[in-house]
Amino acid sequence: MQSERNRKKWLTIILFLLPSTIGLLVFSVIPIVYSLVISFTDWNGLNPWNLAAGTPDFIGFGNFKSILEGEEFWRVLKNTMYYIVLYIPLILIASVLAAVLLNNTYKAIGLYRVIFFIPVLTSWVAAALIWKWLLSDEYGPINAILSFVGIDGPAWLQDRIWAMPGIVFASIWKDMGFFALIILGGLQAINPTYYEAAHMDGANFWSRFIRITLPLLSPMLFFVLIMCVINSFQLFPQVMIMTQDAGPYGSTQVMVERIYKFAFKYYKMGYASSFSWILFVIIFVFTAVQMKLQKKWVHYDS
Amino acid sequence: MTRNRLAKPLLFYSFASLLAVFALIPFFWMVSTSLKSKGALISIPIEWIPEKISFEGYNKIFTVFPFAKAIFNSLFVSIASTSLVIASALMAAYVFAKIEFKGREVVFALFLATMMVPGQVTMIPVFLVLKEFQLLNSFTGLLLPTIFNPFAIFMLRQHIKTIHNDFVDAAFIDGASQANIFLRIIVPLSMPIVATLGIVTFMGAWNDYFWPLIVLSDKELMTLPLALNSLNGQYASEYNTLMAGSLISMLPIILLYIFAQGFFKTGLQLGGIK
Repeated sequence: MQSERNRKKWLTIILFLLPSTIGLLVFSVIPIVYSLVISFTDWNGLNPWNLAAGTPDFIGFGNFKSILEGEEFWRVLKNTMYYIVLYIPLILIASVLAAVLLNNTYKAIGLYRVIFFIPVLTSWVAAALIWKWLLSDEYGPINAILSFVGIDGPAWLQDRIWAMPGIVFASIWKDMGFFALIILGGLQAINPTYYEAAHMDGANFWSRFIRITLPLLSPMLFFVLIMCVINSFQLFPQVMIMTQDAGPYGSTQVMVERIYKFAFKYYKMGYASSFSWILFVIIFVFTAVQMKLQKKWVHYDS
Repeated sequence: MTRNRLAKPLLFYSFASLLAVFALIPFFWMVSTSLKSKGALISIPIEWIPEKISFEGYNKIFTVFPFAKAIFNSLFVSIASTSLVIASALMAAYVFAKIEFKGREVVFALFLATMMVPGQVTMIPVFLVLKEFQLLNSFTGLLLPTIFNPFAIFMLRQHIKTIHNDFVDAAFIDGASQANIFLRIIVPLSMPIVATLGIVTFMGAWNDYFWPLIVLSDKELMTLPLALNSLNGQYASEYNTLMAGSLISMLPIILLYIFAQGFFKTGLQLGGIK
């Protein structure tokens, strides 16, 4: 009886875990190992089962060396940093502002919630197409509005300096609602007695916001920051669609775009794999550093 | 005091409306552009509202491109991948939440650990394997990788853990099989979270660009984002066509969202906790 029951239990475990485990092995564990192996080769990806049959040349750290010594990688990293420096402060301000607004009880709140969220629902391809047209040099409404106030707008996406800010605008527009909703969850978890106490002490809106809201919100902001940084390093569709083939003078070339091109356009599978591992290390290091730094500014209410 | 009582709503409505305008102007421009004739696209000064409504863009998108096919493909792919994710994740989540066995925590940790590696690392080998099995340019190749979704497993496991063991034990004593317990107790009690996960997964699949871009190249198989991207290459200057296509591609999702708003909110908040 006991062993019969045990046999059935294991049968259930095996059957129920089968689809996911096959998926885990075939689409995650094996590819991770495989990718690491080919990152040490110079290979075009032909005959994937014949790794040892001579087609791929094992070149050790050759790819990593040529990536890190080349000029391209550093340009790509600089472009991403430019994006991050513009994007992170703006997205944090915009989504906190939106969340604070949505944390009210005014009648129209449901409508605003839908409106702020519509960009999130849009596919990146559609969003990027819209923004490409909005930012168009002569016929785009953004430059039309700018000329209204006497500013001669740049040819955004054709300009090596302005192409990235153009992409940042589109990203803020697209992401604001999503992060606002996450931050709103944090706001609603704050115990109202804190505000009542501060109110008694005569604190005004601004000092309540700085002294109570922000510290108590810091775990949420930390989470949002981590996600934003990870997403920034994985920037892709905006670049592909808005600045076809990565901007004037490669000014919007970023890492995933490079990996995509090397792998699926130039069939340099080894080189692209090395690039993807460097991306992984960068994301890992940035996340670890932020985890370390959080002690300095994140307060957990316990 | 009266001043304050007026000032607060005024402040709220002005800031909220400002952000709402920021969120909506692009859509306004999209709708307006989609209803212009080709000539009106490049009129200076720009026409905010088209002087003459033209359906040229809408006509063109269905005549020069298998766009209706793309809508159907997107529907099929999104429904299929949502079903696959939910079926496989529910089964795994049940085991991780309710059946004790040696090494369970280790296996579960391995499942979660894979979330750390960015998709760009695994996509090259997965592409090569699919190519070897001649599954590129097929929905099978596009959909197969969705059978493993650690995020969905994690989310469902957290929920199933909260289902009281008494339900499961009582059914067990009554002689119910594991499959029965799963289908009659666990699945029905997980429906709210499954609905949330389903909506999120459906939207993700509907809007996905990167993976279909790598797997599919046949025009007949293209999903909506790919179709739009390909139109962007061919008709780069015909923004009435591009905007008509964009609008059509986002309507189903916006409708789904409005219908399912309650579910979606809880889903995102849960997603936020991960």
